[in-house]
Amino acid sequence: MLLIHCPWCGLRAETEFRCAGPVKPPRSEFIDKSDEAWLEYLYQADNRRGILEEYWCHEKGCGEWFKLRRDTATHEIMDGDTDS
Amino acid sequence: MSRANSKRLEFGGYIDRTQSLQFKFNGRDYVGFQGDTLASALMANGVNVLSRSFKYHRPRGIQNRGYADVTSLIQIAGINESPNILASVQPLYEGLEASSVNCWPSVSFDIGSIFGAFSPILPVGFYYKTFMWPNWHAFEPLIRRAAGFGKAPRRAPAGQFLSRFDHCDILVIGAGPAGLMAALTAAKSGARTMIVDEMTQPGGSLLYSKSELEGRFAIDWIARTVDELKSMDHVTCLWNSTAWGYQEGNMVCVSERAPIPEELISRNWKIWAKQVILATGAIERPIVFENNDVPGVMLCSAVMEAVQTYGVAPGTRAVLFTNNSSAYEILPYLRAADIELAAIVDTRSDVELDTVIGKDNSSVEVLLGASIQLVIRAGKRVKGVVVHAQDSSGKEKKGKIECDLVCVSGGWNPSVHLFSQSRGTLLYDDNIASFVPDQAVQATHCAGAITGEMSVAGCLKSAVNTGSKALSRIGIQAAPISIPEVSNGDHTDYQVDPFWSSTAGYKRVKAFVDFAGDVTVFDLKLAIQEGFDEIEHLKRYTTTGMGLDQGKTANVNAIGIIAFHLDCHPSEVGTTTFRPPYTPVEFGSIAGSQTGDVVLPYRHTPMTDWHKAHGAVMYEAGARWRRPGYYQMEGESMNEAINRECYAVRNHVGIYDGSPLGKFIIRGEDTEKLLNLIYTNSFSGLKPGQGKYGLMLNEEGLVFDDGVTFRIDDDQYLLSCSTGGAPAVERKLDKFINVECPELNVIITPVTSQWANATVCGPLARQMLQSTESDIDWSREVLPFMHVVEGIIAGMPVRVFRVSFTGELSYEINTPSRYGLKLWRYLIEVGQNWDICPVGSEANHVLRVEKGFLSLAHEVDGIVDPIDLGHGWMVSRNKNDFIGKRSMEIRRQSQPIRQELIGLLPKDSNQLISEGAPIAPEDKQALSEGFVSACVWSGVLERTIALGLLTDGRSRIGETVLAWDQGEPLSLEVTRPIFYDAEGIRLRM
Repeated sequence: MLLIHCPWCGLRAETEFRCAGPVKPPRSEFIDKSDEAWLEYLYQADNRRGILEEYWCHEKGCGEWFKLRRDTATHEIMDGDTDS
Repeated sequence: MSRANSKRLEFGGYIDRTQSLQFKFNGRDYVGFQGDTLASALMANGVNVLSRSFKYHRPRGIQNRGYADVTSLIQIAGINESPNILASVQPLYEGLEASSVNCWPSVSFDIGSIFGAFSPILPVGFYYKTFMWPNWHAFEPLIRRAAGFGKAPRRAPAGQFLSRFDHCDILVIGAGPAGLMAALTAAKSGARTMIVDEMTQPGGSLLYSKSELEGRFAIDWIARTVDELKSMDHVTCLWNSTAWGYQEGNMVCVSERAPIPEELISRNWKIWAKQVILATGAIERPIVFENNDVPGVMLCSAVMEAVQTYGVAPGTRAVLFTNNSSAYEILPYLRAADIELAAIVDTRSDVELDTVIGKDNSSVEVLLGASIQLVIRAGKRVKGVVVHAQDSSGKEKKGKIECDLVCVSGGWNPSVHLFSQSRGTLLYDDNIASFVPDQAVQATHCAGAITGEMSVAGCLKSAVNTGSKALSRIGIQAAPISIPEVSNGDHTDYQVDPFWSSTAGYKRVKAFVDFAGDVTVFDLKLAIQEGFDEIEHLKRYTTTGMGLDQGKTANVNAIGIIAFHLDCHPSEVGTTTFRPPYTPVEFGSIAGSQTGDVVLPYRHTPMTDWHKAHGAVMYEAGARWRRPGYYQMEGESMNEAINRECYAVRNHVGIYDGSPLGKFIIRGEDTEKLLNLIYTNSFSGLKPGQGKYGLMLNEEGLVFDDGVTFRIDDDQYLLSCSTGGAPAVERKLDKFINVECPELNVIITPVTSQWANATVCGPLARQMLQSTESDIDWSREVLPFMHVVEGIIAGMPVRVFRVSFTGELSYEINTPSRYGLKLWRYLIEVGQNWDICPVGSEANHVLRVEKGFLSLAHEVDGIVDPIDLGHGWMVSRNKNDFIGKRSMEIRRQSQPIRQELIGLLPKDSNQLISEGAPIAPEDKQALSEGFVSACVWSGVLERTIALGLLTDGRSRIGETVLAWDQGEPLSLEVTRPIFYDAEGIRLRM
């Protein structure tokens, strides 16, 4: 089980968090794009091997949302909250 | 055999002979001593057979030590009854009651052992090959009974299970020489140190070793080191605790057994360590020869432990069979126990006998280049062995040696399980003919025998070095520490010559590779012949290393044998993946205190006790809420109760506990913008006090939830959603405003359980409420439909919403939860004059179907959009965006004809149809064109009515369709999905 750094609460157990998938540009940027671009925004998640930036929420703790950089192959969490 | 402790030596052992303990095994009384394990006490009492084997039901005794003794499986009776306990690790206690598992009717006469007699019909893959017709499930109960291990206890244990978390700088796993030394290095340097060991006594192999450290007995050094560790506040020692899982994030699961005897059965630790040092040691490897499972065949280390630790002589005349020099350490132990050594059988040809034997044993017969082919048994015990050797001219000769004990050593397997679980890679080391850790992936280090280091001196040295390295990784300078001098009997000269099997020609003989799973060398050969030449397939097909053994003793021999047959090097065969748990862990230990009602606790409204006291049959209402389904009066059936409640709402007044309804307060300057985004219809221009019904879609354009949102005052909105959907709505909205539309300035606060809700509904509701003690004007002019007011009822603060769940005049009265019960009681009391009737969710459902109101999980099943439901009018054409709009439009372009909500009237007006019954044409080959989503008996209409989804349904009103209810076709007339008060006059009264 990973230890994840919540910007508010510090290092906490992974089970307290919810991962909300890779970071994407805001929804508003896709509203006027083509159907293909819209569907891609909805259904195609970046799932690459290596370092990925994701949204996490300290759901069972303070409720804070933050971005986290994580290596999907080694599970290593990069230092620092990129959103702060 | 019946004489108590007949095999106990007069002296020796670390047992307390002044404290005798009475215990029972298979119904017979025995006596052991404090410090015994169940296995050692049984051995001392001359009990040879502890269990029956898994497949062939062969008698099995003590073979190995500790958790590697996978055949000593027993069941413990008592208040904390437990199956699948290993006798070799179960500490003896007064009154212990245990029995063998896997044998019927008894361990000495086992019906199942006829499987042994007919073993040619039980080859590898037997189950896959034989029980295929008609299907596996026909045979399963019988096979399970024959193959099962222990019996699951019928009662929950009296003791408890707990779990906890911890963190440390250095976690040392294993408290043998290397582990203790590594922990000491870390602790003395000031690091927060934890050390765990699976045995009740720390010390590992040193416990039975004759080695001396700094000129003192090994156990003195252990005691002193443990005392030193325990004296430091920043050190935690956990004994009788198995590290059974190595997870991501350098977290190790440790199951601590019996922290408080009887009361606390086990405590599961989840320990995050900055650095982990694996000092898990090595497990002695058996040798594969015919009948190598007969009681009396034991590994050298097990014999040494029996003599040294427990003062037990496991035999009287022994043959030693080995392929390495470490086995010769046993000689002084045999002498001490007065066990005659009949012969040494060494598979190696070039052994410097003077070095390994010493001068005082020169009279022993030593056969070099020889091997045991077969164990001869008498009853259930070794009687002798058949040895193959070569004479000086290289000629094969065969001889028989009588003995009652065979001491075996096939080399040592480093315990790489946890290292492999941590995703570290393994390497085959030719020097020790086994696998050792190669590349670590996490912050993992290895010290001692796990690395292939077989001498105590070498282990101690490697522990200090590894400890220092681990400390430097976390910026701690290792304190100087002296490495103890080791003398006397340290096997510095461990020379092993791999010897995988002595069953020449691999006949159908019982030469076991995996004792726990009864896998023989012949099974492996057969599997390879059948084309299974990949280790992961072989493992699953033959079950080698899959059961209790988990690769502790079986894997390396299996890999060696496979390599021999495939004519390759063992490193090319490779290992399978080791998986947790290392040893069996109770489900209770993993669950901790989260069992029974506590796993997912129910949520109750403040009025729950009132409901129960008034005959309510409680239903689960979603999101873990419990709510009355109906209130059953004496002598009344369920249907009668529901009809009575419906009648009350349609004709006078009912009261409903709506507390569980999801509620959220939304504030912030962009609240209106948010509402316009999350609902399909427009929420612009809502004035304080006004409310609106809204449909919420998901981004895929399908209906997700519905509910009413009120503007409470200038900057506060109250959004309500379905009871069951509330958690999902909360998560969705939270993500939406934080991730998808972070530019919105809003705050959402869930307030579901802050408010209790009593909903008063029925044509007489206004009359009734007007007689309450209240400052509220209940008139239609002041409080019309879809409006909210705040006020006081009988001194209680309330918010009253004009919403209708039932299609009747309704007032949803919310009050802070602490007033909930008081308000409810007050309304019931006032309502007596109007014959007020408490109403449950069953009646509510009937009333909603009559009105064609949507029910989540009935009509709204996750694949419908608003237009399907006839709610196209709620989809704003003026808004250029709301959640789901884009996707709904895309879907509708490609799929204009969809299933639509319709009403259904069974031709037989008394006929109830199962919910979910498919609607399909008479031709049974035809595809279904919809389904019945709800069907109820309507009291006001005096007939059954139904709702359903039907392809192109709205243009088919008036048609007759067939619903198939459990194979029976039932005729239904398609109607509009509303059966009562189609104009909606009653709810707006």
